[in-house]
Amino acid sequence: MECEWRAAIDRPTLEYRARVMQMIRTFLSSRGVLEVDVPALGRHAVTDPHIDSIATGGFSTEGFLQSSPEFYMKRLLASGSGDIFSLGKAFRAGETGPRHNVEFTLLEWYRVAWDEHQLMAELADLVTHLWPEVGSLTLSYGEAFEQHLQINPHTASLAQLRLMAVAQGAERWHDESRANCLDVLFSLCVEPLLPRGLVFLYDYPACQAALSQLYQNREGQQVSRRFEVYLNNLELANGYFELTDAIEQRRRFDDDLAVRIASDKPPVAQDERLLQALEAGLPSCAGVALGVDRLIMQLLEIPTIDLTMPFNWARR
Amino acid sequence: MANYSTNEFRSGLKVMLEKEPCSILENEFVKPGKGQAFSRVKLRNLKTGRVLEKTFKSGESLEAADVMDTDMQYLYNDGDFWYFMEPETFEQHQADEKAVGEASQWLREQDVCVVTLYNGAPLSVTPPNHVDLEIVETDPGLRGDTATGGTKPAILSTGAVIKVPLFLEQNEVVRVDTRTGEYLGRAKD
Repeated sequence: MECEWRAAIDRPTLEYRARVMQMIRTFLSSRGVLEVDVPALGRHAVTDPHIDSIATGGFSTEGFLQSSPEFYMKRLLASGSGDIFSLGKAFRAGETGPRHNVEFTLLEWYRVAWDEHQLMAELADLVTHLWPEVGSLTLSYGEAFEQHLQINPHTASLAQLRLMAVAQGAERWHDESRANCLDVLFSLCVEPLLPRGLVFLYDYPACQAALSQLYQNREGQQVSRRFEVYLNNLELANGYFELTDAIEQRRRFDDDLAVRIASDKPPVAQDERLLQALEAGLPSCAGVALGVDRLIMQLLEIPTIDLTMPFNWARR
Repeated sequence: MANYSTNEFRSGLKVMLEKEPCSILENEFVKPGKGQAFSRVKLRNLKTGRVLEKTFKSGESLEAADVMDTDMQYLYNDGDFWYFMEPETFEQHQADEKAVGEASQWLREQDVCVVTLYNGAPLSVTPPNHVDLEIVETDPGLRGDTATGGTKPAILSTGAVIKVPLFLEQNEVVRVDTRTGEYLGRAKD
């Protein structure tokens, strides 16, 4: 207690952290991806029903600390930037725990004219560059889900998913949405049983498309071109073959807002400048965001995220 | 009673779950990047001792349980009930067999125990971690045998049966860990 002024990590950890950041920059720069700086304090918040942005105010600074650089990066892409990456801070209200810190370091990058599978391969290269011995496995979300829960997440009925969620001790889940039921089942029954090393899961459920495009997979199921990356059972990155259609984007914003209102969350104004950028033309691209603190957790086998950064949420 | 929201859940908090008083053992924050945040909570039912695992959406709340841990002096047992007294107010409480449970074998008159009250009535009794009790029955001691590490059963004044080293005699007072039932040593007076 008496040492709360002190940094939480020692010099070797600081050095390692600095080296990881340096290696990320060198890796992406050498592949022609340009580092960009975008505002951390933006005009708008994201509409995601489950991400709460921190509002600022006073002295004419009304705005929101950004939960990711995504919207600014898409405006850059629509402005003709070409391939870009951002390595900076992101903020999410209320997220503290062994794997969460309200302020965290996010690496996000976009590849023009690539699809999500090409980007997954590049992410595997990056992590392998930092950790040469790491193994890697790629499978669809549906395969992983079915392996551990014996049902197909895309075709199972909502009633069945609710029953299974309730059986996991989530009694009040009996009237939850499909997306929430899938989340609780995945987090409790699949994630802890994923193999160690890097695991890529693609073709996420359509109801969890977020900002990715939808398509019909080989089995004729409507799925999203979203992927998640796990490293030693820890969620590390989330990527999309990006939605570029402004009309569909506006519809997704509206859907998000409806969910926010239904769950008594404050409504969020839609980012009109992002929509204008999409209307002007976002090039076909894939993008991914990776939690750098979590990557360091796994590289150094640090059990909790607060010990990867000098001044964590409790010590700030 | 007050309500506690998931972000106030911490170990030791007493809450009502399905109309039963429970104590929170662990609370894990789970949040998929794009998904619903929830709390994976381990609770102990204070009536049955059973441990449960439940999942709550972040922001859900549970009613606080009117459960209080109070230091009380153990007075006596009349065959049906065990009587305890609050040292400040001299108020007496009677605890039944269900509340006292395993603790009964460690209760020595005058000792201060933790009595957990639920809506004012004893729900459970926790004896002191260490108690000094007299051996009332054991095989005769093997003089000088302090090295072999052998043990023998001994009946204590409260009726508890524990394992003690071979050299101990009847009427000696020993210190016992009530959480494990292990012999710790001769009592030092």
